[in-house]
Amino acid sequence: MTSTGTAPAPDAALVRRPGPARVLWLLVVLAVLGALLATSVAIGSRGVGWADIVAALGGSSETIGEAAVTKRIPRTALAVVVGAALGLSGAVMQGVTRNPLADPGVLGINMGASLAVVAGFAWFGLFSETAIVWTAIAGAGVAAVFVYAVGSLGRGGPTPLKLALAGAATAAALTSFVTAITLPRGDIAESIQSWEIGGVGGATFDRIGTVLPFLLVGLAVSLLSARSLNSLALGDELAAGLGERVALVRGVAALGSVLLCGAATAVAGPIAFVGLVVPHLCRLLVGVDHRWLLPFSALTGAALLTAADVVGRVVARPGELDVGILTALIGAPFFIWIVRRQKVREL
Amino acid sequence: MTAVVAPATIDAVARGRVRRAARRRSVIAVLAVLVVVAFAVTLMVGRTFYPPGDVLRVVLGQEVPGASFTVGRLRLPRAVLAVVAGLAFGLAGVTFQTMLRNPLASPDVIGITSGASAAAAFAIVVLGWSGSAVSVTAIVAALGVAMAIYGLAFKDGVVGTRLILIGIGVAAMSRSLISWVLSEAGAWDFAEALRWLTGSLNGTTWEATVPALVALLVLGPLLLACARQLAALQLGDDTASALGIRVDRTRVVVIVAAVGLLAFATAACGPIAFVSFLAGPIAARIVGPHGSLLLPAALVGALLVLVADLVGQFALGTRYPVGVVTGVLGAPYLIYLIVRTNRAGGSL
Repeated sequence: MTSTGTAPAPDAALVRRPGPARVLWLLVVLAVLGALLATSVAIGSRGVGWADIVAALGGSSETIGEAAVTKRIPRTALAVVVGAALGLSGAVMQGVTRNPLADPGVLGINMGASLAVVAGFAWFGLFSETAIVWTAIAGAGVAAVFVYAVGSLGRGGPTPLKLALAGAATAAALTSFVTAITLPRGDIAESIQSWEIGGVGGATFDRIGTVLPFLLVGLAVSLLSARSLNSLALGDELAAGLGERVALVRGVAALGSVLLCGAATAVAGPIAFVGLVVPHLCRLLVGVDHRWLLPFSALTGAALLTAADVVGRVVARPGELDVGILTALIGAPFFIWIVRRQKVREL
Repeated sequence: MTAVVAPATIDAVARGRVRRAARRRSVIAVLAVLVVVAFAVTLMVGRTFYPPGDVLRVVLGQEVPGASFTVGRLRLPRAVLAVVAGLAFGLAGVTFQTMLRNPLASPDVIGITSGASAAAAFAIVVLGWSGSAVSVTAIVAALGVAMAIYGLAFKDGVVGTRLILIGIGVAAMSRSLISWVLSEAGAWDFAEALRWLTGSLNGTTWEATVPALVALLVLGPLLLACARQLAALQLGDDTASALGIRVDRTRVVVIVAAVGLLAFATAACGPIAFVSFLAGPIAARIVGPHGSLLLPAALVGALLVLVADLVGQFALGTRYPVGVVTGVLGAPYLIYLIVRTNRAGGSL
């Protein structure tokens, strides 16, 4: 746009939200997240009175109700942390690959982390919390590089279709390998089950503390690349023309996103589709500017995973439903919707 | 001049055709023999080995102490189901791949098999049904999933790539439904979960095998009879109708038959991973580009399941369900196929 006097294009209002609207949405998202946190502590497979909740928040765990609430607090914290990491990771991944279908689960990167963790259990005895996080991040990194390499072979580079297919195939292959490793090893079955099926259920503050440094580094790297991702969105040549070192920027941002989803998988097992759904929702709210989109994706991801965890505890009473199952049930139709909305030539 | 040359050319073409037909027949015969051999080995080998004579007598209905129970009640239903499921998956897979002109469009990649599996798991684990009720639930669900995928992929016509991506989404959803059903049922049984997620022949009974066998006997010949029409459909709808094919009717018959085969087999042993995806391309590699792939692909499917089951049971120290073995084989092949297509610059 050469002069400020020209009338804005019809959808410019959608792309460039005025500041107040974004701030308003920020408040709304924070309020929703706060409400969900309260719900997550108050509601569970066991009904608990208000007195117990207040006492438990004060640190007491004498009655059964208080003990239940005391277990829900770290669980809620874990859901928030993991959801934020996955939402942010997905947003960065979609920015780096300029691919609306990018998601740590869809691209098979979570399964890379899973395979690394399971292989670590089975062959190298890597059971300590820190070792799990490192192996998961390494596995996520290898899977990301592999999928990107396979998906960008041939004409047209990494198109959304090629990346999504490469990711789905890789995820299928990795899942088979995980099963093949797990099955004969009765001795590690319990470790794997508590890690993989547990979702956010087995949370303790110790486990959260172990991954938190990794997540914070990933968060910082991701948020710092927001401006560069904005340039990348214009296309590689324009971004280079604007003075970005495209390959470096892309590598650094991808590293941030791999750190986030690898560490998240290390504590909560492979959870798919959060990173897919959240950035798309946030783009509707705050537009495509990554400086707003990334923090929003983190907050919304936290809210989504907390909500999924609460719903999972309520619908399957007296048991509970793994968050990963719920996010897939919500996320897969969303994936289909995005595929349908895409124009064929882009696919 | 041409009139003089032409007979020789026609002769050469005719000879080539005869030669290729002969080669095709011999390949099919070899595949069939291999299937029979693998079937026989499945019956003989196990914790106790029974010589071919004992096995033959049991199969013919005679009473052999020991062998009658082990072979007749345990191994025979398993081996029969392996063959039936392999034939069904192979046939259905290659039908979809031919009809949609894309090797990735096999029913296990695009979620039809896992839809059937989710329904079967729900019927068995939650509702406590068995036998043909389960098969009917599976076939209804599989048809529903197939129609849903086709409907969702329809936007100014159906584009193969969009159909595959939507199928991948549907497959992810079906798998999470399976996990949900199994966790609802209470005890999370890893073996039971594996049956419905990747397919397994463990604990096969005649009760599960018979519906799949009947479905194969009815629908298999029907599909094979449609081979010529299917080949014409591959040329495009307009060409096919110019050749005198009733395009829509053929397509409906073929889809219903293929989905029916899949659903009955899945209700018996779960979605044995990647058999329908692998059978077609392997058969094409062996037979070459001429003639219908339906029968060779079916035989390759049966051989895959039999061999993978033998490997899973005896070769690896642990007893792996057959679906884990085919999954470990099939998924890397899927990646290889994507790499090759990307490199060739094709648009998939």
